Amino acid sequence: MSDQILGGPEQTIRQKLWQIHWFFVFIVMVTASVGFAMLYSAGGGDVNPWARPHALRFGFGILVMICVAVIDTRLWLRYAYAIYFVVLLLLVAVDISGNMGMGARRWINVGFINLQPSEMMKIAMVLALARYFHGGSIEDVRRPTFLISPLLIIAAPIVLVMRQPDLGTGLILLITAAGLFFMAGVSIWKFTLVGVFGLAAAPIAWQFLHEYQRKRVLTFLNPENDPLGAGYHIIQSKIAFGSGGLSGRGFMQGTQGHLNFLPEMQTDFIFTMLSEELGLIGGLALLALYVLLLVYGIAISFRSRSHFGCLLGMGVTTTFFLYVFINMAMVMGVIPIVGVPLPLISYGGTAMLTLLFGFGLLMGIWVHRDVMIGRRGAADDG
Amino acid sequence: MHRDSERHKLFSRRAALLIGGKAVLLSGLAARMYYLQVIEAERYRVLAEENRISLRLLAPPRGHIVDRFGVAMADNQQNYRVLLNAEDAPDIETTLDVLGRIIPIGPGERRRILREVKLNRRFVPTTIRENLDWQIVSKIEVNAPDLPGVNIDVGQSRHYPFGPETAHVLGYVAAVSPKEVTGDPLLELPGFRIGKTGIEKVYDLQLRGTGGSSQVEVNAFGRVIRELSRQDGQAGEQVVLTIDLELQKMVSKRFGDLSGAAVVMDTNNGDVLSLVSTPTYDPNAFNTGLSNEEWNQLTSDPKSPLTNKALSGQFSPGSTFKMIVLLAALDKGIIGPDNRIHCSGAMELGDATFHCWKKGGHGWMDAFNGIMQSCDVYFYEVARRTGIDRIAAMARRFGFGEVLGLDLPGEKPGLVPSRKWKKKALNAPWQQGETVLVGIGQGYLLTTPLQLAVMAARLGNGGVKVTPRLTRPRADSELDSITKGSPDQDPVPESLGLLPAHLDLVRQAMTGVVNNPQGTAFKARIKTKGQEMAGKTGTVQVRRITKAEREEGVRKNKDIPWRERDHAMFVGFAPIDKPRYAVSVVIEHGGSGSSVAAPIARDILAEAQRRNSAKLGILPDGEPGTVPEAQQQVSKPKTGKSRGKG
Repeated sequence: MSDQILGGPEQTIRQKLWQIHWFFVFIVMVTASVGFAMLYSAGGGDVNPWARPHALRFGFGILVMICVAVIDTRLWLRYAYAIYFVVLLLLVAVDISGNMGMGARRWINVGFINLQPSEMMKIAMVLALARYFHGGSIEDVRRPTFLISPLLIIAAPIVLVMRQPDLGTGLILLITAAGLFFMAGVSIWKFTLVGVFGLAAAPIAWQFLHEYQRKRVLTFLNPENDPLGAGYHIIQSKIAFGSGGLSGRGFMQGTQGHLNFLPEMQTDFIFTMLSEELGLIGGLALLALYVLLLVYGIAISFRSRSHFGCLLGMGVTTTFFLYVFINMAMVMGVIPIVGVPLPLISYGGTAMLTLLFGFGLLMGIWVHRDVMIGRRGAADDG
Repeated sequence: MHRDSERHKLFSRRAALLIGGKAVLLSGLAARMYYLQVIEAERYRVLAEENRISLRLLAPPRGHIVDRFGVAMADNQQNYRVLLNAEDAPDIETTLDVLGRIIPIGPGERRRILREVKLNRRFVPTTIRENLDWQIVSKIEVNAPDLPGVNIDVGQSRHYPFGPETAHVLGYVAAVSPKEVTGDPLLELPGFRIGKTGIEKVYDLQLRGTGGSSQVEVNAFGRVIRELSRQDGQAGEQVVLTIDLELQKMVSKRFGDLSGAAVVMDTNNGDVLSLVSTPTYDPNAFNTGLSNEEWNQLTSDPKSPLTNKALSGQFSPGSTFKMIVLLAALDKGIIGPDNRIHCSGAMELGDATFHCWKKGGHGWMDAFNGIMQSCDVYFYEVARRTGIDRIAAMARRFGFGEVLGLDLPGEKPGLVPSRKWKKKALNAPWQQGETVLVGIGQGYLLTTPLQLAVMAARLGNGGVKVTPRLTRPRADSELDSITKGSPDQDPVPESLGLLPAHLDLVRQAMTGVVNNPQGTAFKARIKTKGQEMAGKTGTVQVRRITKAEREEGVRKNKDIPWRERDHAMFVGFAPIDKPRYAVSVVIEHGGSGSSVAAPIARDILAEAQRRNSAKLGILPDGEPGTVPEAQQQVSKPKTGKSRGKG
């Protein structure tokens, strides 16, 4: 019976650990090291207040990643919905506590750590959607009614997240979900239809945006309009980029960051600081590390013999991609500032934990790449 | 199974599309990085430098103003200020409470401070109080532990050690008003002061100096991180005045509560040794800013303390003008020195009667006696014979009717009337009666105390056209020229072209005014041998005396309101044998020239000569001179008045 559920070649923990893609872990560590260096610089040449706690959290995150990696993919499949609903409940909980006059809160304090349900939802939603589409045949996917449940799966958290209001997370959830729908085989004309409706609804959505969010969009469209007000961050960030030039001003030598012209240089704008100090060469090197991680993520997803693994892997990879792209694009003035951290580099625990958890799932897919799972969640023999 | 492999193919295709999209987007990012960091790098690097480097202007110290001996009349004082650094004060209210026990802070002031604290950025200090004395500063320093965020800051502020006594010469400095901004960035510095009047205004550019600059690295909040480079400016230049500070102080003190003006000049080179206008004001008060109340008090005072009456006050010269009338007549040969005119106490002209100040008349008068006894009828007749235009021409030769070009603002030209002037200004023909009035220095005629001093100087020096000045062409003090023996490079002034005989007659008559028992100012003579003075009194009537009043007896000055009392005047020079100092004294509504103005002029000329001999002895000892006892007794009021038309 246990074979029915956990089918395929069984491996011991030891074997599984051996199977972990250690080169991938190595690249993750290199990337994180870049983060420590930048936080050390942001701290004015001190491991406090940012570099040291960041390193400790990363160490903890790596452990979580390895633990997640050895857990059988089929267990994730089985508990995908459960995890999703628990996280959704947590989201509702922060929403209610926010409404109860406790101010805008995005996290729940569970003693030793602040849980940010919107971050957890990025993984939970991918799990839920991957499981749903794993269970549907190619004909199922073509039926519009089949799409009602997954639409609800994505709508509920997005509404809750937008209410917080957290535009960045909402955007990542929406685009990741769209990517999964697309890879699951939802026909292109349906996307076109939704796109057209979305454009038509944009003016209505505008009404529901918070004043500061509207301001950010307007400022993005013309930052020079208000150089000391809302456009300040974008302009200062671009100045920092440009002044870095090809090879940068030197590690710890950036003036924009160290003289506080950059807002939140340890979090959202850390890439700006990196580019100012290390120049185009440093920026491209970091981008190359990310591309390497993405390539491995994609390769692992493609290598999986289960549809769930494919979708889960690509979902996690897409989320990771979105972090990188949105953060870099916003600090370079390509898209509005929405508040998305740079993965593994920006100071902040939850986002890193989410990513390392996601990488753990990816590792797990790699470790269990030959496990085949039936549509009902049972192991397939052939 | 077949279905699922088909599903996987679809997934692969779609995933590949998605990956392609991601690749395009990431390439876009790389392109954007290249654009910002290579193509636009230069532009952004400049912007970054601008961001981080802020140019701060440094105010230069203002130049000092010193008197002819190099004694400072205007300098800069350390200005202790209490500042509140809000970011260092955990509780501003408590800090202010504690501070309030040392320097009382009223509720209004407290509101201002709290408002400014709120408006200022956290690290920009708020000024609580300026110009603190040392005692309070030390009290605050002692209590520093209980006053977090309270700092003492030292700046510079203009200081006039002899405030009111030098106010009308030096003027004052005050904050720059918007219309005074010229583009000099110094003027836009907060707290910068510029000269508003007096020497401070005329020599403002010289005194101001040039601003230095300090390049500082700042952070996004404008807080200075460190100084990158510093360029010290140039301090303002020193301005050396011709004023003799001790004489200035003595004259000022001698005036006391009287309202008026006095000018003391060197008859040879035009140096103004003293220029006093009373009442005066404290120029130090303008530096910190006057309250509305104080300002209103200054501007509404009927004695106008803000006006420099020495050059802006225009008065009828009265009898002090008689020398000009006489010289005009002598110069044109209209009368001779010995031609006699009879004074019966009044002169009839048409329907009008012109009275002499002496009720019974002076009898037969010649030129010498006419001046010495200041006979009005004599001058009515001389003026009538000479004619207004000839009198006007002579007045102009002595500097009346025009601005003399002293380096102070606000100099008035006065008025020398003529036929042409009346036609132009009033569009009316000249009347002979008006000439008669000008004959005794009344009517349309207007002069300033400065012009009267210049007249006295030109009479005293033998008809040389000296012009008054407050600064030497070469910027060194008399001290330098004495010690270094550098020659005085004054240009030789031109002559007025008067016959020496005529001038001698006038000067003898003026000597008689003071030194002859029959003279109008005999009581105010200088008795010291070799320092005797010559002069001329004047009493200028400012109200109309009706026929009825004249018949009942003219009221005494003390019986009428201040505003209607006569102006007391005196012009003179000393010593008589070789004049060096000329003086003019005008006391507004002071009474008679002989009893009020002459004694003051005497004391001034005596002090000027005493200081000169002390100085030649060797140097300024600084102590104001003590006038010999005999000269200090106050002359009894004398009802000697020159009366114009009744």
